[in-house]
Amino acid sequence: MSSSPTRLFTFAAPSRFYGLAGALTPWFWVATIALAAAGLYIGFFVAPTDATQGEAYRIIFIHVPAAWVSMVLYMAMAFWAGIGWAFKARLASMVARAIAPTGAMFTFVALWSGAFWGKPTWGTWWVWDARLTSYLILLFLYLGYIALVEAIDDTRRADNAGALVALVGAINVPIIYFSVKWWNTLHQGATISATVAPKMASTMLTAMLLMTLACWAYAFAVVLTRTRAIILERERHADWVATLAREGSKQ
Amino acid sequence: MNWNSAAEFFAMGGYGLYVWGSYAVAAAFMLIEPVLVVRRRRSALHAAAAAE
Repeated sequence: MSSSPTRLFTFAAPSRFYGLAGALTPWFWVATIALAAAGLYIGFFVAPTDATQGEAYRIIFIHVPAAWVSMVLYMAMAFWAGIGWAFKARLASMVARAIAPTGAMFTFVALWSGAFWGKPTWGTWWVWDARLTSYLILLFLYLGYIALVEAIDDTRRADNAGALVALVGAINVPIIYFSVKWWNTLHQGATISATVAPKMASTMLTAMLLMTLACWAYAFAVVLTRTRAIILERERHADWVATLAREGSKQ
Repeated sequence: MNWNSAAEFFAMGGYGLYVWGSYAVAAAFMLIEPVLVVRRRRSALHAAAAAE
């Protein structure tokens, strides 16, 4: 502990983080492509046809990963927004803002693929059950956060107001998660549980987990790149940015 | 192997519209978003250079 403070917070300096994120991003892209290729291959060519849903169930390999990642991204956004607010940590607030569009994108993908799965299996694109409704609210929370922080000109105040919304909205994530237990929903219960053995073929599970990791790698790559963009936008008068800009637009 | 022909693969047992409709939208978003963030970082760098 005695020697760690400087080391621990080294990458909290936007200039240091900028370099680290730039070095990591290509590897996240490589991981995204490799994991998605493996996941899609197993999902479409190895995993068997579902006994009750036929081939329609293959939507699961994008639907569930997108939904999982969107919910964890929301918690991460609220966490970093809160840290940025409580400790006046500039970088944390920038990361929170960088997460929001990607979280909203995954939320939309999960809603869209859910509708395209509901139509052939339930006979309807949409139903106002607890799971679908609470999850739709997640999209509105993301969009509300983005609209709010973009609407306030003062960066610091925008970050703080956004943190308040993000933290209050975080209560919705456990509600989404437990909605299929607390209420009688048309949406099925949890596919994967920590306490019960998986109810699906192991190849289906493998494909789903690979696709989840692919979505994670994608989220890291995009969020890190967006954070770097936000750092440059906010610190454009800093010496290190000037030096970087002078060197040309290489990295 | 689940499919005997490419046509069978694209038909997805009659659920082609739903399966490919889901993946097409996901793929479109996940191709466009990276392009947008890479552009945003580049233009931020150019703006910083112009401010010099």
